[in-house]
Amino acid sequence: MTISIDPQKTNNESLQPKGWLRYFSFSLDHKVIGIQYLVCGFLFYLIGGTLASAIRIELASPMSDFMPRDVYNQVLTLHGTIMIFLWIVPVVNGAFGNYLIPFYVGARDMAFPRLNAVAFWLIPPSGLMLVASYFVDGAAQAGWTAYPPLSITTPQSGQIIWILSVLLLGGSSIFGGINFIATIIKLRRPGLKLMQLPMYCWAMLGTSLLVVLSTPVLAGTLILLSFDIIANTGFFNPVLGGNVVVYQHLFWFYSHPAVYIMVLPAFGLVSEILPVHARKPLFGYTTMVFSIMGIVVLGLVVWAHHMFTSGTPPWMRLFFTIATAFIAVPTGIKFFNWVATLWGGKISINSAMLFSCGFIINFVFGGITGVALAQVPFDIHVHDTYFVVAHFHYIVYGGTVFIIFSSIYHWFPKVTGKMLNEKFGILHFIITFIGFNLCFAPQHWLGLNGMPRRVAEYDPQFQFVNQISSLGALLMAISTIPFLINVFLSVRNGKNAGDNPWNALTPEWLTSSPPPVENWEGEAPLVEEPYGYGKEISEQK
Amino acid sequence: MNLNDFLLTKYAGLKKLNILRIEIQIFRNQLLNKNIYLILIISLVFAISFWIGFNVNLLPAEASINAPIYDELFKILFIIGLIIFIGMTLAVIYSLFKFRKRNDQIGDGIALEGNLSLEIIWTIIPSIIVLLIGLYSYNIYDRMGGMKELNHNHEMMSSNAEKIWAGISQTSDNEKAINNLSIEVSAMQFAFLFNYPKGNFISGELHVPVDQKVSMKMESKDVIHAFWVPEFRIKQDIIPGQPTILNFTPTKVGKYPIICAELCGPYHGGMRASIIVEEESDYNEWFNKNKKPEVNL
Repeated sequence: MTISIDPQKTNNESLQPKGWLRYFSFSLDHKVIGIQYLVCGFLFYLIGGTLASAIRIELASPMSDFMPRDVYNQVLTLHGTIMIFLWIVPVVNGAFGNYLIPFYVGARDMAFPRLNAVAFWLIPPSGLMLVASYFVDGAAQAGWTAYPPLSITTPQSGQIIWILSVLLLGGSSIFGGINFIATIIKLRRPGLKLMQLPMYCWAMLGTSLLVVLSTPVLAGTLILLSFDIIANTGFFNPVLGGNVVVYQHLFWFYSHPAVYIMVLPAFGLVSEILPVHARKPLFGYTTMVFSIMGIVVLGLVVWAHHMFTSGTPPWMRLFFTIATAFIAVPTGIKFFNWVATLWGGKISINSAMLFSCGFIINFVFGGITGVALAQVPFDIHVHDTYFVVAHFHYIVYGGTVFIIFSSIYHWFPKVTGKMLNEKFGILHFIITFIGFNLCFAPQHWLGLNGMPRRVAEYDPQFQFVNQISSLGALLMAISTIPFLINVFLSVRNGKNAGDNPWNALTPEWLTSSPPPVENWEGEAPLVEEPYGYGKEISEQK
Repeated sequence: MNLNDFLLTKYAGLKKLNILRIEIQIFRNQLLNKNIYLILIISLVFAISFWIGFNVNLLPAEASINAPIYDELFKILFIIGLIIFIGMTLAVIYSLFKFRKRNDQIGDGIALEGNLSLEIIWTIIPSIIVLLIGLYSYNIYDRMGGMKELNHNHEMMSSNAEKIWAGISQTSDNEKAINNLSIEVSAMQFAFLFNYPKGNFISGELHVPVDQKVSMKMESKDVIHAFWVPEFRIKQDIIPGQPTILNFTPTKVGKYPIICAELCGPYHGGMRASIIVEEESDYNEWFNKNKKPEVNL
């Protein structure tokens, strides 16, 4: 294990721009690439959020009166695609993975710095292409799932651009995944054992395995779909003898693991944040590692639970019910372990901690509705309704996006050397938490009582509850204002953070803030106990 | 022999009795206090969850033999979910208050890295709960007819070579339900059409007699649609190129919405029809009014 890499030596250093300009360059520094991912992802989050607001404005009244019906379908398709492929996946994997993984394994950069830069620079053009498709001939309007034959019969240009864009983003994701696996396995500092790695490394290892195993299937499927659209082939076109359900199997073979690609890194991040602010070791490290791997294995064999009403044979429905419900076990272990990590600690109640606790509460709720949805007889009633919309927003927003914010509050001092303002942070948390629950909790009731998803119009009896939901969405939109003010003010005038404001033990805090180009002035430190709070190593600090 | 007496006899010779008595009393009080609070809170969580589960109705009216079975499963899942959710939320909020860092505190919490027996407990108990829920929902699914052999009792269409994809084949123990009504459903952007082969007519509204098993064979003319009646708790996709089957038995006279639940184009939200469940005599009257004689060519 004595591979030494030195990207800056192989790359003429004088060609790399300095200062803020480097964020607009083809930089090979993993920290610059991480920030590029984060800021780029956040810009797309604002676009996706604007689209979400448009949806909630349309749904504030029962009639389709805010925008034309086909535009509404384009808006919901773009909202889903942008939030998944341009915000959550790139940020929890690309942004935090690139910034943190080399520190955690004691390396000076990622294993393949150029591939890393390529992976990032695929994202802005494909994202812009996707947004721009609206102005060509209308964006894709078959939903982010792009089920044929609807995706074959809707206007072609939007759907084709959508496919190209998702293919590029999938490619970027695969490049990133290969890079993370190579970095974690091969670039570990000599003397650092696998079972001493911070939990986020394990989460990224599991996630990257899922990315590498399942994303190519999506790519293949979308290429076949594009053949159906442009070359009149009949893979999924029933008119030509194609099979529409086969598309759904192939699509969900990627897109269910995609849920874990969005959620497992968040599990890793919260495992880094909680011990620091609770001043206690992470509870049950070994079970946490095994439960991540358990989720990876189970996550690959549950895809058909998205297809319980698609015409699947009974035995298949049962198998996928049991497999899906069993994911609750390793996931549950992680949540019990996090609560046990809090128990008996000395908890600092700050923005990072509040967002993490908000994550636990929201995700437990989303997980419970998830176990219910896994049951075939339960799902048959609520499939494709607002109940499902509420469920997955509890997972990806209440879960992952809460952790993205928590992580920003936690690592901002490391990246910039400045502290974020806590008062603004807590205000941000309170508005987000109330707005989120106000927006999505009532949607469970809507789904149970007869409101399907992806509709621009609905029965008048659902108006009041929809307006509550829209009010929640308004609060969520407002909540980004204190956050943005906080970030802009703190970057310029924030309190100096020092190298290690939280007295954390993980390796990224053992260097200066912001860190130097090659991460450490001297040798990378050997961190054998990243969670040794309450022990001698922690007392010495 | 209770604990008090046991300790007293064991240590009688070692300590003065009155001191020992006080010590035991303090120890027992502490133990009792902690456990009493824990038991009190757990039983309160259970009580609240059961109360909400039995008193808060989140579901629409029950109008098929499927619906009460579904609602039974829903109630059980709702109660279990509430217990877990309230319990976890209380644990998080309690930790934030009880273990928050006071201003005068320095240093770390206890260096507790895990507890094997605790971790085994919270692996095994959720596994058992999940397994029981799975078996229970299998039972529910079976009672809904999900595991029954699919058959569409249709004289004209029942060629064995035709591939029929599964839906739900709901049968009832109710004797009246044996009398099958066969209907062919075709869906298109953005309407449902209901073909009554026995009467040789097509209707835009689905009329069915109450308490009789209805067997539908569904196929789409263009994109994927879905047939959903919330009051019946049933849904089945209608797929182009592959017929699907959906059987149900309505139990309550009334008019209910049929909703398309699969994104099918711009007017997806407006793709609705009605199902009218009526008394058998009313149904027959409607049927005879619309019935057309066979066309002889």
